[in-house]
Formats: sequence, structure tokens, C-alpha cells
Amino acid sequence: MAEAGLRLDRLAILGAGGPMLRLDLIVAPGEVLSVMGPSGSGKSTLLAAIVGVLPPEFRLEGRVLLDGRDLTALPPERRHVGILFQDDLLFPHLSVAQNLAFGLARPPRGAERAAAVEAALDEFGLAGYGPRDPATLSGGQKARVALMRTLLSQPRALLLDEPFSGLDAELRAQVRGLVIERARARGLPVLMVTHDADDAAAASGPVVRIGSDARAG
Amino acid sequence: MTEATRPGAALRVRPRRGRRGLHLLPAMTLAVMLGPVAAGLLGTLAPAFGILPAAGLVEPGLGAFRDLLGWPGLPRATLLSLWTGLAATAASLAIVTMIAACWQGTRTFAVVERLLSPLLSVPHAAAAFGIAFLIAPSGWVARVLSPWLTRWERPPDLLIVQDPAGLALIAGLIAKEVPFLMLMTIAALGQVEARRSVLVAQSLGYGRETAWLQVVLPRVYAQIRLPVYVVLAFSMTVVDVAVILGPNTPPTLSVQVVRWIGDPDLALRLRAAAGAVLQLALVVGALGLWRLGELAVAALGRRWVWSGRRGTSMRLVRPIAVAMAAGSGAAVLLGLAGLALWSVAGFWTYPDALPEGLTLRTWQRFAPALAETAAETGIIAAVATLAALVLTIGCLEAEHRYGLRMTRRAMWLLYLPLLVPQVAFLPGLQMLMLQAGASTGLDAVIAAHVVFVLPYVFLSLGDPFRAWDSRHGTVAHALGAGPDRVLWAVRLPMLLAPVLTAAAVGFAVSVGQYLPTLLIGGGRVQSLTTEAVALASGGDRRAIGAYALAQTAAALLPFALALAVPRLVFAQRRGLRHG
Amino acid sequence: MRPALSLAAAALLATPAAAKTDPADWPAVLDAARGQTVYWNAWGGSTATNDFIAWVGDRVKEEFDVTVEHVKLSDTGDAVSRVLAEKAAGRDEGGAVDLIWINGENFAAMKQARLLFGPFAEALPNWQHVDVEGATVRTDFTVPTEGYESPWAAAQVVFMYDTADLPEPLPDMGALLAWVKANPGRFTFPQPPDFLGSTFLKQALYDLAPDTAPLLDPVDEADYEAVTAPLWDFLDALTPQLWRSGRAYPQSGPRQLQLMADDEIDLAISFSPGEASTAIANFQLPEVVRTFVMDGGSIGNVSFVAIPYNASAKEGAMVVANFLLSPEAQARALDPGHLGYGTVLAMEKLDPAERQLFDRVDLGVATLPPEELGPILPEPHPSWMERIEADWTRRYGVAD
Repeated sequence: MAEAGLRLDRLAILGAGGPMLRLDLIVAPGEVLSVMGPSGSGKSTLLAAIVGVLPPEFRLEGRVLLDGRDLTALPPERRHVGILFQDDLLFPHLSVAQNLAFGLARPPRGAERAAAVEAALDEFGLAGYGPRDPATLSGGQKARVALMRTLLSQPRALLLDEPFSGLDAELRAQVRGLVIERARARGLPVLMVTHDADDAAAASGPVVRIGSDARAG
Repeated sequence: MTEATRPGAALRVRPRRGRRGLHLLPAMTLAVMLGPVAAGLLGTLAPAFGILPAAGLVEPGLGAFRDLLGWPGLPRATLLSLWTGLAATAASLAIVTMIAACWQGTRTFAVVERLLSPLLSVPHAAAAFGIAFLIAPSGWVARVLSPWLTRWERPPDLLIVQDPAGLALIAGLIAKEVPFLMLMTIAALGQVEARRSVLVAQSLGYGRETAWLQVVLPRVYAQIRLPVYVVLAFSMTVVDVAVILGPNTPPTLSVQVVRWIGDPDLALRLRAAAGAVLQLALVVGALGLWRLGELAVAALGRRWVWSGRRGTSMRLVRPIAVAMAAGSGAAVLLGLAGLALWSVAGFWTYPDALPEGLTLRTWQRFAPALAETAAETGIIAAVATLAALVLTIGCLEAEHRYGLRMTRRAMWLLYLPLLVPQVAFLPGLQMLMLQAGASTGLDAVIAAHVVFVLPYVFLSLGDPFRAWDSRHGTVAHALGAGPDRVLWAVRLPMLLAPVLTAAAVGFAVSVGQYLPTLLIGGGRVQSLTTEAVALASGGDRRAIGAYALAQTAAALLPFALALAVPRLVFAQRRGLRHG
Repeated sequence: MRPALSLAAAALLATPAAAKTDPADWPAVLDAARGQTVYWNAWGGSTATNDFIAWVGDRVKEEFDVTVEHVKLSDTGDAVSRVLAEKAAGRDEGGAVDLIWINGENFAAMKQARLLFGPFAEALPNWQHVDVEGATVRTDFTVPTEGYESPWAAAQVVFMYDTADLPEPLPDMGALLAWVKANPGRFTFPQPPDFLGSTFLKQALYDLAPDTAPLLDPVDEADYEAVTAPLWDFLDALTPQLWRSGRAYPQSGPRQLQLMADDEIDLAISFSPGEASTAIANFQLPEVVRTFVMDGGSIGNVSFVAIPYNASAKEGAMVVANFLLSPEAQARALDPGHLGYGTVLAMEKLDPAERQLFDRVDLGVATLPPEELGPILPEPHPSWMERIEADWTRRYGVAD
């Protein structure tokens, strides 16, 4: 009955000056949908609306549904929607392992949590990096820890906000591949906003254009 | 089965995040701050217009004002308040502007920045004592230079400290207000990208100082306007510094008002209230005058910009700027050194540059009393600061969660307790509290301190709190953390350094409070500051030295902790080193 | 002129001060006092008196389990106005002030407004030793004390002089003026209405007035202009020759002491024959300072303690007042190493052991022996002080 995936049901974001953005779409599990548009077209506001941190000067109409569940009235921490930004946004006051534990859902509890964190580090080729200060990691390592932290929180959808634009060309392809592969493997619907056609192409999913050249979508 | 798949799960969730009264906090905070000010003003206005029910006076009248006008010292005292306030503010602002225009981005400027915190934390009264001893005709400077250079075998009979024109008072105020305005300016500079603007202007052929004055100053001034007003209002109405450095024939209006309040004759209470109302009007008038001055300077500035004159180099101003800033800093630091020396001095007479011998007698004598007073001072400051921090963080968090952002007008309200002269509302507040049967012990003093501590804590913490990258919050939410967990586990730890700095600022402000402690405490609450000022009436430099040093230490220690604690806690976290 | 509103207005609203414990039943007083905390409001500008008060606190704690908290005032008027504010606010019990170091116009004002507890002073056990004939313990600035305040220290005007610059004592105000004219800038006095500064004015008035008898009656009953004219002539001549040309004044006695230590002045008035010796012992004055009194006699008065009508710890306050009258406390106060204040006890009323406490005190290098202190002049009626202070402020206190 419940429709799987992330659905934006006649979603409209209204700013002080009237409607800013209207979307009606569905992202299927394992699919990567790219939203493209120039800066100022409201891409980041859209993600904020889905996560549930829409700034108070905006108003939302329509619904956001995840696996058939209406998220619109839920606080962000109960939506189970993960988000990755261009910057890694690892918490600078916590170690790598503490960052991962912050994200790790419960259960596991107690000593099992340490084991789960270790396992994740192993899986991403970062074994032994747990006690490290995130500021001492390389760009690629930080991106991997950020992805790992999000996945450990057991999200049911993943949002990407220009996630790779801070990385150089080689790393970019690598990290992009990793994110898309992991998301697909878990069957997560992925909504990515980007202004880079390469990203959209690599995602090999549908592309929606918003803003002044929205017609192209 | 997880919650999401349970049918109707979403319907059972309340549509709004748990508010728990947090959204009421901004209004409550304003009430905590403005309530006492408003009540106190009423308590002052009524007797000024002849209404003092306790003495059976209920008919309004202007007798108190007539009585005030009959006081022969009024014209001079009024002029003195205006002159010292305006002169101290203008000079402080000029020094700060010169330093920033000439030296921003240089190593000299970095040194200035580093010296700020210690200078800021020196309480006004302690700085004033130090300066008084430094510049008096029998003071340290004269002693070092005499008699070999000055030929003064005995101290010259020169009217330097407590001069009728208030020059010593102005100097003492400048020495303390320059660091404050400097701090505000540095904070503002960060927001206006000053370096890049100056670079652009320089590439268009303007000298550095000219460029700074034309493209940076207008934007910086817009940011520091309120602090400048605070400096003006404070300088016009300060009591403790004026008692130490200001004239007495007559004193400034605020000092005289406090003397009348202390007189057993009830009639003088009315006169004091009328004087307080006059003081309030004076401050309002001076602020208006200052505003007109701002407009005039701005008009001149626009003409200057339009003229396109590149201006010859202002290189000559640079050493003057440094000399002025160094002079005001050195006055405070050397003055403190002099007090430190007095506190361990044996007999020390003019013109010896150093005491005949050193002794710990003074400290041994005062140690027990000092410890007790320091503990009370610390308790008041700690509780007041904690309350101010809780309210500030609550307000800022409410602003973040519900978008209850402070309007410009609300910012003015925040500054109001710093703009309204203390003598205009504290006596009224004291009277009202007595009439309401409220206790006048420690708790009342703490509550009064919060009124003055809160604005500074808010100003200190507001910018870093808002500048925090809220995407960290978004990520944490998306990872399943509720708003409270985000606040406690992510935001506050990341903001540890600015939170502690704000706490240190609040602590120092509380330690330095004189009138609120004296009046609201009813004499039963003694702080290092009230003790030091009471001792000042006696003039025992050894005792004053010991108390002023203790007072400075009480204010300085939290700053040291605010610097050290984040470094220790986050020794292994490079990402927070520059936070 | 001030509006015709004074403490009397507040007095209309007064309730009579009633004692819960009768001071005559001393054991009951001691009982009630046990465990009480006495907030003693006393001027806090002198480290010597602060230390003495702290010592009193230690002793009464030991002996009677009464805790003394010294509320350090910068002006005794602060405590008076505090009690007044409490009365105005209707707080007739549990007041913040338990004991005040007081005399003169503050006492007159509080007594007139019925802000004092009592009478209690003459019921104190140690009253038996008090020198009721010699020291003026039953009048305070001509106002009868009637047991509403208890004496604890005798004071007398002396002049301290720096023998390095002023070798010989000055016999009268005329000589003082001549010396100041020859040595401009080397003399000043605390700024009236500081009590010591006002005392200098009164001392000068005694010395210069043709007839001093009217000074003991209220000022309204005398020809004020005629009596004070010589004083203003004297001050008109003196003021321009003062320290800082009379454009600034020290704000208190100890501040004046500091000026002497800094060698800014060579002559200063003091209200305590032992103060100079005490200050020398504390490094606060050079060792060459000595004291003298003028030939025509000098003003003497007595310091008292009083208890406000709404004090929270009246019994404890009485215990402290009584302790202040003990030979132990009086002998310590006399010692210039501690305080250097004159005693209010009559030596012949003490037993030999108690008298010995006083004989052992070394009065110090700068203190005149009692026989050289000369005649004591009584304080004028307080109304004289008010008038003279107001006139002084108008003439010299608001420069230009």
C-alpha cells in the first residue's frame, strides 16, 4: 500500500515575495534524482524543507512523504532523512569515532556501539582512525567519514547538497562513486541538488531543472 | 516494526517541536532587564515631583526642582558632567579610530589586540586609583623625575588630580574606554571585510589611512554606534571614578546626587531625585547632541569622498596614534604596578622612587577580610553571570529555533540599562524594594547585577552564537538528534570558547559594579569594589593597593580561565583552535 | 533654603521604639544576645579603626557568642538614611542596621526623629566606670544623650606638624594664618561637610569669635552674622594660600594624612591626640611629625554608639556597646599601636589591676601627655555646624 521512496506531493515553498518553488515528483528507492538550477533558485531551501529545518521566513504547502509516511509535521530528528553537504561538517570538538557514534542509531547499545563504529571504519578503509582529530584527515577521508556517519544513523532517504564541489576532479569521481554505490546498495532514494552537469550525469538518474531555466526539465 | 511503518504514526505527533516555554524567554529576558529600570525610574520620578507617600507627601509639585536650582554648585556640576562625558567619549573614539586606520593588519595592531583583555578587565575604580597615584604632584612619575630633573625638592603645589576642569577624570575615563571601544571595533572590523575594502581603495590610489577613513569607518561606526552611546552615557554619570579623580568644588552632578541620597535630611532625598531626573535629561540631551555631530561628520565625509582627493600620506599620524594608545594602556598598567608596590611598601615618602623597605604586613593584615569579601564578590558575580548566560543562550536559541530574531528596536532595549544613568533609577529601585518588603540581601544584589551583566554577556556571545554554521545543526538533526541534544552536544561544545569569554566579561562587569551593590545591598553586601571605594575615602594607599589588586585579580582570573580551558579541553582538536 | 520638611515629618509616622529585653536585666540581655549577629555600621575609611572593630568582633564572639559584621561606610549619613528609608517603608522590625558609630548632627537627627532604641546606655554594667564628670558623655554637641547612645572614645582636636618644615607649634589661628601666608600651599583641611573639616571651621570660630557663649545655643537665637564675620574674614585670607590654592581639598582625615606622608603639606588637623603616633607606627607618617594644641584650648567630643529603633539584634548591640566600655577595650583603644583614642573611663573608678592596663600603654613619640592637652572646648550646638557648612560650601565649596 505504502508507496516506497521519497515523494514530494504538490510541494510549494513560498517566500515573502510569493511562491519560490513548486515540485511534484517521486524518487524511487535506489534512484538518484538530480535537481539542477542556478544559485538563488532555492535548491538549498528545498533540501531544508525536506529535512525539516525550513527557515521561519518561508512557508510550505503540500506534503513530503517517505515510504508513504507524511514527514511534513515531524521534527527533523524523526524524519530519518540523511543529508550531506559540500563541506564534511564533522563536529570539530569530537574525534572521528565520537562523530560516528553520534550518528550511530540505537540499538546497538553499550559495548556493541564501539564494535559497530570499528566495523564501519574497517569497511571504509579507515581502520585505526577512530581516535583521530577530524581536522587532521585528508579531504577524501573526511568525505568518507561524513558519509559513514550519515549511513550509521539508518536513514531512509539521502539528500545531497552540492556534495562534491569542494573536492578536486579525481577525488570527486571517487567519492561520488562511493556515495552513489552505497546509497543504491541500501536502496535509498537519493535527491541531489547540484549545478554541475557531470554530477547529474554520473548519477544516471532523472534530472529536474528549477529556477529561470526550469522549462528544460 | 519501526514507528514509520505503523499506520497513523505521523498523526500522533504534535505538529510543533517541544517548546517548553523557550519561546517566552526573550520576552522574559527583556522583563528581567527592563523591569527594574522602569520601576526604578518611576521610583525616582515620583519624589522628584514631590510625591513621597512615606513622608506624607502626595501633592505633586516642583519644589524639589526649585530646591535643586537653589543649590549654588548646579551650573558647574551640570557643565562638568556634560564636558567630561563628551570629551572622554570623543577622545576615546578618536584614539581608537586613529589606531585602527593607521595600524590595522600590522603587527602593532596584533599587540594592541592582545593587550585588550587584561586592560578591559581592570575595574574602573582600580584603574582610577592607579592613575591618581601615577600623575599626582607627589605621584610616581614626579618621584621618579625628582629632584634630579624637576628640581622639586618637595611636591609642587599643582592641581593635577581632582582639578576643577575634570581633566584627570577625563584621562581616567579615556584609559578605560579606549580598550572597550577597541574591542567593539575589532569585532565590527571582522564583519565588514575591512582589509579587502582598504586594498581596493589603495589600488585606486588612496593612502591606507585615507582609504580606511573613507571606506571602512562609516560601516564600522554603524556597528559600534550603540557602544559609543554607552560610553557617552557612562562617562557622564560614573560615580566611583569621579569620586577618585574628579573635582569636588563642586563634584559632577551624579556624585552630588549620591551624596544627597546619603544625607539624613529627607528634603535632600527630593533634591537628589530631582537631580537624578536632571541627570537623565542631560544624558538624553548629550546623546542628541552627539547624534547631530554624527550627521555633521557624515556630511563632511561625503564631500570628502566626492572630491576624490587622494590626500597626502597621513604617515605622521601613525606615531601619534601609537603614543596615545600606548599612553592610555601604560597609565592603567603602571598605575596597577604602583598600587602593587604600595601594598608591600614600608615607609615611602616623596621623592623616593621606591619605598624604604618591603613588607607583607598589609597583606597579612587584610588577608582574612579580603578572603571573605572576595568570596562574596565571587558568589555574586558567578550567580549573576550564570543567570545572564542562561537567559542569553535561551534567547539566542529561541531566535534560532523559532526565528524570534531581535529587531533593531529590541537591540536598543538591550542597551537601555547601560544608557539610563544608574543614579537615575537605582535609588528609586532601592526605595521601591524596601516598600515592597523585598529582601535587600545577596539575592537582591545579584538580581540587580544581572541587569548590567546581561547586556554585556549578550553582546559578547550574540555574534559568535549566530555565526555558528547551522548546517552542523541540520546534520545533527538528520542524524536523529533532537533540538536539545544539538544544543548541548554540538553547539555549546563548539562554542565553548566564546561562551567562556562571555562569562568572563560578565564576571568582570559584576565585579566592577559599585552603585548597585552599595544601594541595593543596603550596606550589608560588601564587594571588593565597595570596600575599595570606601577605603578610598580614607586614602590609605597600602589598603587601597591590596583591595584594588584583589579586585583586578577577581576580574582577570576568569579571562585567563576563558583562554586556558578551551585550550586544555580541546588540546587535540585543531578545528577549534581558531574558533 | 530647604523646604520645611525634615526628619520630623517622618517622625509623625513613627511607632514608639520598644525594647523586648530590658537593659536593666543584664543576664537576660546576655541570654538573648547569644548567637546574634550585630551589623555595626561604622565609617570604614581608617584601617586602624577597621582593625579595632575586627578585634572587638573577635572578643565578643569569644566571650558572648555575638558575631560582629562591620558594615564599612564612607559616610555615617548612609546608615542614618538607611534607617530612615526603612522607617519610611514601614519596616519597624528586622532592620538592616544594629549599631551605629555616631555623634553630633547624625545623633541629633536620629534622636529627634525617634529612630533610636533606648534609653539603654546608663543601664549597661560598665557604665559604672564612665567618667561622667570629665568627658562630655551625657551631652553630644550640646544635645542631651539621655541614654540613647553609649560613649566609647574621647577625642580632642590637635594639630599634627612636620617638624622638618615647621619647627615650632602655632599658638593661635592668627599665627596659623601668618605661617600659611609665608608657606603657601603647605596647609589644607578636609573638605566640609567632612566632620574633621567642619571641626577646623568650628575651632577657628572659637579662636576668632569675640564672644563664644552663643555657640552653645541654637544658631537662630544668636546674631549669626556678627559671630561668624571674623571667621569668614580669616577664611577669605587663608583660602587662596591653602594647598592647591583652595581649589581642591582632601576628602577625609586619612586622605589629609596621606598628603602629609607625601610631603605635600606640613600641618594638618586631627581629632585624635594619638593619631600621629599610630600613623608613624604604621608607616603612614614620617617620624618627625609631632602634635600641638592651640593656647586657647581645643574642641573635644566623644564618639558614641547608638542602636536603631528597628535593629534586628538589639541585645547583641548592647553587649557590644558594653564591651566597648570595658577597661580591656578602652586600654587597647588608647594604645597608639592600635587606635590612639582617648578613654571615656574615669581612672579613679577602676581597681588597681584595671588601671594598670592603662598605665602600661606607651602613648608614643608624637602624643602629648594628658596634662599638656590643655582645656577642652565643648562642641557648639549642631545647628551652628549646619549653617557654617552650608555657608562654607556656598563661599568656597563651589569654586569660581
